[in-house]
Amino acid sequence: MATIVTNPPETKLNQPAPAGARLFGMLAEFETPGDLMAAAEKVRDAGYKRWDCHTPFAVHGLDGAMGIQRTWLPIFVFFAGATGTIAAFILQAFTNSWSLTTWAGVWVTGYPFLISGKPAMSLPAFIPVMFELTILFSALACVKLMFLFNGLPQLYHPLFKSNRFRRATNDRFFISIEARDPKFLPKKTEEFLRSLDPIAVEAVEE
Amino acid sequence: MTTLPHDSNLANSHANNHGVIVDNTIDRPGERAPLVLNMDKFSQVTATVCRVNEAERAPTAWYVAFTLALGLLSVLGVCIGYLIVTGVGVWGLNNPVMWAYDITNFVFWVGIGHAGTLISAILFLFRQKWRTGINRFAEAMTIFAVICAGTFPGIHVGRVWFAYWLFPIPNQMEMWPQFRSPLLWDVFAVSTYFTVSLLFWYTGMVPDLATLRDRAKGKLQQMGYGLFSLGWRGSNRHWHRYERAYLLLAALSTPLVLSVHSVVSFDFATSQLPGWHTTIFPPYFVAGAIFSGFAMVVTLAVPAREMFGLKDLITLRHLDNMNKVILVTGCMVGYAYSLEFFIAWYSGAMFEKFAFINRAFGQYWWAYLIMVSCNVITPQLFWSKRIRTSIPLMFALSIVVNVGMWFERFVIIVSSLANDFLPSSWDLFTPTWVDIGTMLGAFGLFFTLFLLFCRYLPMIAMAEVKAVMPQADPHGAGAGKHGHARAHDHH
Repeated sequence: MATIVTNPPETKLNQPAPAGARLFGMLAEFETPGDLMAAAEKVRDAGYKRWDCHTPFAVHGLDGAMGIQRTWLPIFVFFAGATGTIAAFILQAFTNSWSLTTWAGVWVTGYPFLISGKPAMSLPAFIPVMFELTILFSALACVKLMFLFNGLPQLYHPLFKSNRFRRATNDRFFISIEARDPKFLPKKTEEFLRSLDPIAVEAVEE
Repeated sequence: MTTLPHDSNLANSHANNHGVIVDNTIDRPGERAPLVLNMDKFSQVTATVCRVNEAERAPTAWYVAFTLALGLLSVLGVCIGYLIVTGVGVWGLNNPVMWAYDITNFVFWVGIGHAGTLISAILFLFRQKWRTGINRFAEAMTIFAVICAGTFPGIHVGRVWFAYWLFPIPNQMEMWPQFRSPLLWDVFAVSTYFTVSLLFWYTGMVPDLATLRDRAKGKLQQMGYGLFSLGWRGSNRHWHRYERAYLLLAALSTPLVLSVHSVVSFDFATSQLPGWHTTIFPPYFVAGAIFSGFAMVVTLAVPAREMFGLKDLITLRHLDNMNKVILVTGCMVGYAYSLEFFIAWYSGAMFEKFAFINRAFGQYWWAYLIMVSCNVITPQLFWSKRIRTSIPLMFALSIVVNVGMWFERFVIIVSSLANDFLPSSWDLFTPTWVDIGTMLGAFGLFFTLFLLFCRYLPMIAMAEVKAVMPQADPHGAGAGKHGHARAHDHH
């Protein structure tokens, strides 16, 4: 009994597209994560490349069902962390131990901080700040690069035109296949998506 | 709409005859206790959480609490203003007690923050699914607690307009911070902790802000939530990197949170003052921080779930688990208290022995008594399940723990400073009205921020709660009409 009161599952396909509007792609709606995953495997096996699943939460195992390659993010984060360690060391060594004079745009002079007879190069005492900056650089890089790789922030997206799609952040599961995909043919892709037994299929304009 | 299929084992064992789940604190071997009660659709979770933000009017209790919080916040403003205009002499500080309420408050608030990170990072790494119900507002608590904590060293420097000397900024005096000092490590530790906690909190909130954006009716809400949700569209290609980033943040925050209170304890432990110069301080401070932080989570969760109708998401099981953590960390703190005495005796150092006898029986005996009875004795009541699952008792006990932990920091700081090596330099600290006003005012700052958060931001991590519901499992209750056979699983 899958009657949806809020979003009647009519498609816009049979209506002629307004002049100048280009097709962004096809959107199919599913009710459960299991249905979505079964469908995602078929889309993957059909050879589509420019397609995506949209879910209200991270569905376990969907990466495999979609054939997503593991992200390189951790490698970048590692190097960001290493940069933090080195930067913290240089900062402390320069400002607290050697009277270095270095040209960095202007002449910059370090400060030989001698206090309580402690050695100038107090590596053990420098470790806490090195640790903190390692974490700081890694975390900043981690979040920034994650959003950058995801192409976010992107406040507008053609999918936001679909009223039905609003439930992608609530309780429904979607597959979108973009018109840019080499295998995309409006009629054929629609038929293909229908064969996956979704609740509804919808064409989304650019 | 059809009800999603249910895992029959799961639903029945914790339910009464009507299928309504009455008690999820029972553990049955081989079964997972449900973490979400009386809901089997994802949309119910969305509606329950978003209702708090979408309601035209907040509950009356919210307005009452907010007015009180604003009142206390203005007390803080007056006290800080008076301090800045007049000088730190308005506090009861003297020579030798140059640190008292200010640093006590600083350590207290930093400690409160630790529970949020523990819940969001360490419990995430340990795959404790019950964290999902409480992690969002526990993280918010962390951030607001660190804001309160940061205020105190900031105003304690006296001439606040020189506070920028704390940071390594090139200046005309060619003067740099002293990187061999634990006080400077503290600047880096606390500011890193604040930044990373904020990132973690915000990253976790992006999908939920998108939910609020997609449900928003007004233009202002649409634009506000739309801007901060960054255009999140639940894409699984995004989720993939998001989950990686979240795991990395958890892995980075775990050593960070342990380091923060360790570094705070170095402020004391690296000095030569009897009562401070102890190697047990870092783990002891971290255990105390988690202890007080969990108590504060319970103090906040109990009224919040009542006020906003979130009892099915922050269930008795969540509270029961937190009370168990309070019991364990309370025992650790008790162990540390007794070990300090043992080491003082075992060291054979005269001043060390005196410091501890003086701490328990000297001028500040009453503070020590409050500390031990609140932190070691009363939490033992949590051995009883009846007390762990009683709302009024756990609320009262959580406040007792908070009081006890404030006094712990007071005892460590003030009793050690007041009576050091030379009797001729001893002095007694008595707080002034500014000391007390600033301490109470910090609670105003904390609760003002927390109440604003409750009203305008998603209080519960919806996306994470949905993911731990049995209906989220593509192979189990969430299989749907076609199902997804395990044989086809690709990992």
